[in-house]
Amino acid sequence: MRISPRYTQAAAVAILGGATLLTLLILIFIIGFILEKGFPVLSLSFLTDNPEDMGRAGGIFPTIIGTLLLPLLAIIIATPLGIVTSVYLSEYTQETRMTKIIRFGTDCLAGIPSIIFGLFGYIFFVITLGMGWSILSGGLTLAVMVLPTIIRTSEEAIRAVPKSFREVSFSLGATSWQTVKRVVLPNALPGIVTGIMLSIGRSIGETAAVIFTAGSSLRLPSSVLDSTRTMAVHFYILAREGLSAENAYGTAATLIIAVLLVNLSAYWLMNRFIAKRS
Amino acid sequence: MKLISEKGVKRILGTVAFSAISVLFLIALFILNEGLPFIFKYGVKEFLFSSDWQPQQNKFGIFPMITASLWVTFGAMLIGAPLGVAGAFFLSEYVPKTIMKIIKPTIELLAAIPSVVYGFIGVMVLAPIIRENFGGPGLSLMAASIILGIMILPTVISISIDSILAVPQSYREGSLALGATTWQTIYMVTVKASKSGIIASIILGLGRAIGETMAVIMVAGNSVNIPHSALDSVRTLTANIALEMSYATGLHRQALFATGVILFIVIIILNSFASVAIRKRTRKK
Repeated sequence: MRISPRYTQAAAVAILGGATLLTLLILIFIIGFILEKGFPVLSLSFLTDNPEDMGRAGGIFPTIIGTLLLPLLAIIIATPLGIVTSVYLSEYTQETRMTKIIRFGTDCLAGIPSIIFGLFGYIFFVITLGMGWSILSGGLTLAVMVLPTIIRTSEEAIRAVPKSFREVSFSLGATSWQTVKRVVLPNALPGIVTGIMLSIGRSIGETAAVIFTAGSSLRLPSSVLDSTRTMAVHFYILAREGLSAENAYGTAATLIIAVLLVNLSAYWLMNRFIAKRS
Repeated sequence: MKLISEKGVKRILGTVAFSAISVLFLIALFILNEGLPFIFKYGVKEFLFSSDWQPQQNKFGIFPMITASLWVTFGAMLIGAPLGVAGAFFLSEYVPKTIMKIIKPTIELLAAIPSVVYGFIGVMVLAPIIRENFGGPGLSLMAASIILGIMILPTVISISIDSILAVPQSYREGSLALGATTWQTIYMVTVKASKSGIIASIILGLGRAIGETMAVIMVAGNSVNIPHSALDSVRTLTANIALEMSYATGLHRQALFATGVILFIVIIILNSFASVAIRKRTRKK
C-alpha cells in the first residue's frame, strides 16, 4: 500500500515543525527559568556589594571584576597572535601540505575540551612556572584556549575577501603588507571581530579551565598574581556546595545577561559592517 | 616613508605566526609527554580495560569512565541529532528565509550559554523529574545525556542548516517540477546532497558532548561504576580529571594526564572524520 504524498507531506510538516518548536521551547525555557528566578535577586547592591559568608549573603562585586579581568587578559594576548598567524598563513604562504597540517592541528586544538586546557594550565602555569592560582595563570590558559578559534575564524574571514581586491591593489604597485593593511584586513574585519567576540563570550562562561588556574578567592585582586573568582566559578561553587540557591540564580542571571550582550553586540557589529560594505 | 622593508615585515609576521603555532603544538606535546609514558608504564590494557580506579592504592583502570563517556555521548546523540537535524530541515525548507535568518542566530546564541547554567538546570529541574518518574537518584546517565543532547543542539542545527542551504536551488526546482512535494524533495534530493555536512555537524556535536565537563559533573552523579541502566550514577573521563585534579600528585596526576591523552585522541579521531565529511561536501560543490 502506498501512502498518499499529501499525507506524508502533512506528517513531515508536523514532525519536523514539532521538533523545531520543541527545540526552541527548551532553549527559551532555560533562559526564561534562570532570568525569572534571578531577576528578583538582582539589584544595584547585589552587583556592587562584596559577598558575605562565602557568598551566602551579600553581592558579587569581586566576581564581576574577575569576569572582566580574565577574558580581557586572554583577548589582549590571543588577538594579536591569532590575527598575525592567520594573515601569515593565508597571505604569505603557499597552500602546501604544511599549511594543511597546521590547519588540521588548530582545528583539533579548537575542539579540545576545556578541562584539558585547565589541566595543562594548572600543571604548567600554576605549578611548573610557579605563578600560583592567579589572574595571570587563568588569563594565559584562556588565551591558549581561544587562540585556535581566533586563528580559525580570522583565516576564514581573510579567505572570504575576493581575490580581485588583492589583484587591484597589487596592480597599483602596492606591496603585500600594504595590501594586507589597506585592503585585506579592513574587509575581513567584521569576521575577525565576530570571532573575537565569540571568544570573549566563551571565556566569560568558561569554568573548567578557570577554576584550576585562577583559583576561587573572593577578595578583590590587587595584582595579576592574585587569585580571583569569575562569575561562572562563583555560580558553580554556590550551586554545587548548596550555599545559596537565591544568590546562585542571581549570579546565573547576571552571567547570562553578560554573555548574551557580548554575543548580541557581535552580531550587531557584523551586520553593521556588512551593511556598510554593500 | 617605509620604516621596515617588505621582507622585514614578512619575517616578523612569520616569526609571530611560527611562535603562536609552536605554542599550540607544545601544549599538545606537553600533555602527551605527561600522559603517554604513564600509559605505557602502567600497561595500555590495564589502563583502558581494568575497572579498578583506586588512586590511593595506585590502581588506575579507567574502563568505567570510558564506558560512561561513551554512553553519555551516545545518549546525547540520540536526543540531539534527530531533534537538531529535523529542526535544520524545517528551518531551511519550510520556513521563509526572513524568519529563518532570525531563528538561526537565536539558536546559535544558545551555544554561548555557559555550561554550568545547563548543569544547574539539570540539577534543579531535570533530576527531580527523573527521580519522581523513573526512580533512582535522579543525577544519572539519563540526566547527563538529556542535558548534553540539548547542549549540542545549536552546533548540530547551525552546521546542518549551512550544508542544507549549500545544496543548489536547481536540485530542488528539478524535483518540484517533477511534481514532488517538499517532503519528497527533502528525503529524495536534499538529504542526499547535504548528507556529509549533516554527518559533520553530528560528529562535531559529539566532540562537544564528550568534552563537556562542568555540566556533566553537576548532573551525572559521579560514582565510578560501569552503568547497568540509564538511571545509574556515572563518572565520565572529563569529570574524572576535574574532580581529582586539585589534590592529585605523582602517579595519580600522571594518570589524570593519561585520561586527558585518551580524550585528546578521541577528539582528534572525531575531527578527522568531520573534516573528511566536510571536504567531501566542498568537493561535490
